[in-house]
Amino acid sequence: MRTADVLRFARDAAGGYPLRTGLSVLAMAIGVAAVVVLTALGDGARRYVVDQFSALGSNLVIVLPGRSATGGFSPANALTTTPRDLTVDDAFALTRLPSVRRVAPLAAGNSEINANGRLREVVVAGTAAPYVDIRSFKMAQGRFLPEADWNRGAPVAVIGSKIQEEIFGSQPAVGELIRLGDRRVRVIGVLKAVGQGLGMNTDEVVFVPVSLAQSMFNTNTLFRVLIEARSRDDIEAVKREVTAQLKARHGNEEDVTVITQDAVLATFDKLLRALTAAVAGIAAISLAVAGILVMNVMLVAVTQRTAEIGLLKALGARGATIRDAFMAEAAMLSLFGAFTGYGLGLFGAFVLRQMYPVFPAYPPDWAVIAALGTALGTGMLFGIMPARRAARLDPVQALMKH
Amino acid sequence: MQGGDYVCAAARRVVGAFVVPLIRLAGIERVFHLGDSTVHALDRLDIGIEAGEYVAIMGPSGSGKSTLLNLLGLLDRPDVGSYHLEGRDVTTLSPDEQAAVRSRRIGFVFQSFHLVPRLTAAENIALPMMLAGIPAAERTSRVAQALKDFGLDQRSDHRPDQLSGGQRQRVAIARATIMQPAVLLADEPTGNLDRATGDDVIHLLEVLNATGVTLIIVTHDQKLGARARRQLVMEDGRLKHDSARDGALPVA
Ligand SMILES: Nc1ncnc2c1ncn2[C@@H]1O[C@H](COP(=O)(O)OP(=O)(O)OP(=O)(O)O)[C@@H](O)[C@H]1O
Ligand SMILES: [Mg+2]
Repeated sequence: MRTADVLRFARDAAGGYPLRTGLSVLAMAIGVAAVVVLTALGDGARRYVVDQFSALGSNLVIVLPGRSATGGFSPANALTTTPRDLTVDDAFALTRLPSVRRVAPLAAGNSEINANGRLREVVVAGTAAPYVDIRSFKMAQGRFLPEADWNRGAPVAVIGSKIQEEIFGSQPAVGELIRLGDRRVRVIGVLKAVGQGLGMNTDEVVFVPVSLAQSMFNTNTLFRVLIEARSRDDIEAVKREVTAQLKARHGNEEDVTVITQDAVLATFDKLLRALTAAVAGIAAISLAVAGILVMNVMLVAVTQRTAEIGLLKALGARGATIRDAFMAEAAMLSLFGAFTGYGLGLFGAFVLRQMYPVFPAYPPDWAVIAALGTALGTGMLFGIMPARRAARLDPVQALMKH
Repeated sequence: MQGGDYVCAAARRVVGAFVVPLIRLAGIERVFHLGDSTVHALDRLDIGIEAGEYVAIMGPSGSGKSTLLNLLGLLDRPDVGSYHLEGRDVTTLSPDEQAAVRSRRIGFVFQSFHLVPRLTAAENIALPMMLAGIPAAERTSRVAQALKDFGLDQRSDHRPDQLSGGQRQRVAIARATIMQPAVLLADEPTGNLDRATGDDVIHLLEVLNATGVTLIIVTHDQKLGARARRQLVMEDGRLKHDSARDGALPVA
């Protein structure tokens, strides 16, 4: 039997039982649509996070105290050796490196703010003037911390927009005196709202000179040093120079971890890709279920068409021909279902994008290929058994069925 | 070409001219096991049929007529014995080789027509050619000719449920002969038809036989059986009477 005839025969056979065919096509379509929509969601989340992270600041290099064994971004590894303090002087030394544009030290802790008769918990971040430019923050009122000796900061503070709102409401904040823990500082500026910036909401932070924060929290070490490279191409050079400089300053010991924004991004990227793959895997289970349904539908087809199979054998059909015809039918059900589901899934992703425009919900190519492949694969795989059964039917017995 | 196998064989031996019979069954046995009991559906059967013969197989229900026909059509294999078709031992062929023989040399006509319900009359007739891999263009022209020959040209696009019983059986006969087989096997072809329609169908088969196709019909109907030039009467799986060997059937 010619291939075109096998296909036409299978198509007509599938068309001859619309309900059966419709159901298995639907099951397959739902499975594929689930994979497409869920991976669009997962990958959309990945792109969203990556975009947000990129907005942190460009060409960023971060130094943290403690040596990470792998050099990757892992807080657990950061604690493997007792690190030497990462001091303000260390940070200041980095400002003279050739590939470095700006440096900002960062010391942080929790404290209380008390002003205007109100009290609340805040995160206090000790830093210096360049911080605002490294993070590309904008001022709503006043100005950011002044250029000054990092070791002798004035008792001033810059507050986040949410703090301003909650403590001062509509009253002017700039120029007011506030209590921060046991210190009295003067507000010199309010930041524009920026929202969530990965882990710490900048709108709820009070920025003070780094020396003030260190004495408040009674520490010499820095939590982070943020460095902006002169250009994207300089990031690796910055990493090298910073590592060498701090090694020299710390008695020839590499006791800091230097991470680049790219590395952090790569970590998040990897994490969310894994998440998307996991979601796709779960959705793929529905494809296996659809495959089993196709198998049952084909088994029913073999039973229903037993007399026909007997007839085909009497008319000279070889076992292989009958097997091919039933396999082709199973493949068609799967294929048709897969493409219907693909269309449905794309539509679902489109609806998601319309509803959440910031969320780039596009299914990744690999997921589409995998979903279509799995659908076809399971359909064919589960089609083998019924097709073989059909091919092996005894013609005399089959012809007696009616 | 009438005359029994024995006579022919003897004649051949004498003359030395080697004429191969179309069908030669020797020592055929077919046994079914049902639980503990065994049924000898065919028991030590020796039959020879020459090309172009018109044979009726008769006998009581359960005597093995259909089993014999299925065996002749290579739908079933004997447990013991040999079956030569056109001089070739077909019992030892592989399933695919047997399928090829069914495709090219054998045509079936069934009591219940066995048309594929979703296919039109034309598509049903074309089915054996499609299975044999004959190109679509050739199929179309041969089906058109067959529809004309069998008086079905107005019905080519009708599905079986839109045809009368007689028309259905004519479609089935057109399908059975479209590959120009050597043998036409019909198991009670008029069993589901009224008398007049049945006679039409038998007449059609007889016309085909007149063009040279060997015709073997299983029937319960004495009158139909009597129209054949040779009658085989079965009983309990054995050949009880062969008109070519024992002379005409005694009229009961
Ligand atoms: N598949 C089978 N399994 C068991 N026994 C069978 C099978 N097929 C046929 N038989 C038995 O073999 C014997 C011959 O059956 P067969 O169908 O050939 O009879 P028949 O002459 O065609 O009868 P009828 O005129 O009723 O059609 C019967 O006893 C039947 O019960
Ligand atoms: Mg019978």
